[in-house]
Amino acid sequence: MPTVFIPAPLRELSGGTQSVVLEARNVREIVYRLDAMFPGFKDRICIDGNISPSLQVSIDSVMTSKGMIAKVQPHSEVHFIPAIGGG
Amino acid sequence: MTTTQYRVIGTRPVRHDGADKVTGKAIYTADTKLPGMLAGFVLRSPHAHAKIISIDTSEAEATPGVHAVISNADFPNVEDKIADLGEGSVNLSYLSANCMAQKKVLYRGHAVAAVAATDVHIAEEAARKIKVEYEVLDSVTWVLDAMEENAPLLHEDLVTDSLGEKADKPSNVPVHLHFEKGDAATAFKEADVIVEREFKTATVHQGYIEPHAVVADYNEDGRLRIWTATQGSFTCRQQTAEILQIPLGNVLVTPCEIGGGFGGKITVYLEPTAALLSKKSGRPVRIAMTRADVFEASGPTPGSFMRVKLGAKNDGTLIAGEAWLAYDAGAYPGGMIGPGCMCVFSCYDIDHAIVDGYDVCLNKPKTSAYRAPGATQVAFATEQLVDEIAQKLGMCELEIREKNAVKEGSRRVDGPVYPPIGLVECLDALKQSEHWNTPLEGANQGRGIAAGFWFGCGLKSSAACTVNSDGTINLLEGSTDIGGSRTAIAMQLAEVLGLEANDINPQVGDTDTAGYTDVTGGSRVTFATGMAAYEAGRDLQQQMRTLAADLWDCSTDDITIGEDGVFSGNGKAVGFKALAVELFAAGEHLVGRATVAPECPTNGFGAQIADVEVDPETGKVTVLRYTTIQDAGKAIHPSYVEGQLQGGTVQGIGWALNEEYFYRDDDTMANASFLDYRMPTMLDVPMIDTIIVETGNPEHPYGVRGVGETPIVPPPAALANAIYNATDTRMTELPMSPPKLWKAMQSDQASE
Repeated sequence: MPTVFIPAPLRELSGGTQSVVLEARNVREIVYRLDAMFPGFKDRICIDGNISPSLQVSIDSVMTSKGMIAKVQPHSEVHFIPAIGGG
Repeated sequence: MTTTQYRVIGTRPVRHDGADKVTGKAIYTADTKLPGMLAGFVLRSPHAHAKIISIDTSEAEATPGVHAVISNADFPNVEDKIADLGEGSVNLSYLSANCMAQKKVLYRGHAVAAVAATDVHIAEEAARKIKVEYEVLDSVTWVLDAMEENAPLLHEDLVTDSLGEKADKPSNVPVHLHFEKGDAATAFKEADVIVEREFKTATVHQGYIEPHAVVADYNEDGRLRIWTATQGSFTCRQQTAEILQIPLGNVLVTPCEIGGGFGGKITVYLEPTAALLSKKSGRPVRIAMTRADVFEASGPTPGSFMRVKLGAKNDGTLIAGEAWLAYDAGAYPGGMIGPGCMCVFSCYDIDHAIVDGYDVCLNKPKTSAYRAPGATQVAFATEQLVDEIAQKLGMCELEIREKNAVKEGSRRVDGPVYPPIGLVECLDALKQSEHWNTPLEGANQGRGIAAGFWFGCGLKSSAACTVNSDGTINLLEGSTDIGGSRTAIAMQLAEVLGLEANDINPQVGDTDTAGYTDVTGGSRVTFATGMAAYEAGRDLQQQMRTLAADLWDCSTDDITIGEDGVFSGNGKAVGFKALAVELFAAGEHLVGRATVAPECPTNGFGAQIADVEVDPETGKVTVLRYTTIQDAGKAIHPSYVEGQLQGGTVQGIGWALNEEYFYRDDDTMANASFLDYRMPTMLDVPMIDTIIVETGNPEHPYGVRGVGETPIVPPPAALANAIYNATDTRMTELPMSPPKLWKAMQSDQASE
């Protein structure tokens, strides 16, 4: 099952838990399951049902642009990190 | 290390656009002339912060030769909406208001009106007749001052967002970022040695030679055509269409040759203004910034305040890190604090770290990207602290870096782990270099080293290759060519097809002809657009394989394609060109195409060595020798890689030693010219020696990593470390200009 790291500012919702192993096939399932476990999680990282444009999702160190529909593998590691640009 | 030998890749062919560039035939935006074209002039705010009470354009409009005058009222009312621009996102209302001030001006140079006239002198004269009534407000230009509770507010409705949680009252801090890895507080208690310092860096500009320029032609049928100096024609099209609230398909952007960008030519400044002037006048309009406009009204990179702390064990193992960072965003939210936070400890495998970052609005131009945006500032801090820990422990500064360098599997402070990377190899190349092994023994001389990192990105790129009747190829791609990318992309196509680089005729297309391609930025073009060209070549080969089967009376499966691009089957072996000629004669016309969207960072690491001599009488720093080492993955065209390494390093040297925005008491910029904004010239720097490390990026067919940004990251830190070793004075503020360094040396001597 994928391991999802809880962003530090949201650990107040998770009671300090830093990561969670949960069953999910894509980012949407991760977000909804985390929201069920830690109410308010989804509202903190989503806008209008999508991942906030100020964030990007890292799956196994690859920054996916697919947002909620991005697929995760059984042993994936998932992070929510700030979106960045370059020069 | 990569060992594969290629025919084309790794060679140094003459660049396809070289003759045009050196003979002055290349067409830049300001060269563009259209029948009936008018000249535009933008009237800018003289104040750092003021309410716009009224704008009276009547006298300007009555000036003979004037065809159009616009101001805030002519811009569509763009709602708060986040637009994804491919590489990052932007709030459109802020973007629009940055092009033309709405209710307030937020920095000196902020556009308030614009005039189109038969020549630029008439346009300027008329613009000076526009009466703008301002209510001048208190202003703020230092990041810590802007964070104070009683600071002048730039945006009355702006509240701090901490990952979705909004503060309950307005401030100048739109974003607070927070990262934690492990347990930093406990780790610091277990550290044998701790160093902590505060650092400041000044606002600096990319300093591209070509000022921003645009030509806009708005047709009566609603079609808008734009010629411009942009790092990304597609993002320029999107920004312009969104600001003007017109369909994307109505806008055609032609990217002209570009005289540098470095991240500063991604955001639009002039395009919507020129378009509205063209629409109003019914004529094409050209606007070009002056150098003062560029400094005051485009996007410099953030000044910063940083407090950074490192803890280590006696054996030199770094075990704890802490950083508190505040970066200028400029007048509107959206600065470089994110990558700053993510890069502050990116070179070192530190198990426990905590990082807080603040994006801060203040009365300066909205900041923009500048080569590895946000990374140079934090490297200035961290790389000095690493040296200090080594000195406290009696270790060599290279040894402590080797001991703690990140490698495959190391976890960044923001979470992800690194795939195969090349910092260890860069440090080893530094250790083996002739420079490192040559003693520096003169009086007042010192040597410093520093490491650097930038993510590099993939994003979207497209390429199409049309086969000519003689087997040569016209390659169409959409990446603005800033550093020789046409040739680097063409070489990858030539390699896969078994051709020579000069068999490929690469062209940068406009938004109507090229497939969607994200910006030339993020160190991505040779990586991603090169990958698109490679895939377009593969597509072409598969088409030719099928057609060759018909020609040679065999099945497609019988035909193989060798690494040299030779097609073999049914007793025949024919190279690409010969087969292409044969197929053309048989009536086949071939076009290969590909779109790619690689999502993996390319992870560019580097290390640098600086030798300096400091004049104790004046504080002037002379750079005696400099070596830049970088993991390129695989250098497609080594000369262009070396050019990127040298260019980025020299920009970093300027940032380190001289460059800064000076502000008067009224928060207006005092040095908006190249006379007073001191960029290094060839006379100020030695030859920058380069060492290219090639560890191979497994995510690219030829192993390419991005190289355009990392070279600017280490210079301020490497030079600060060199200055310390020359003077025993630790510099914590950029630039380390003669007066600042002299004062610091005097202060240190007085306290001894």
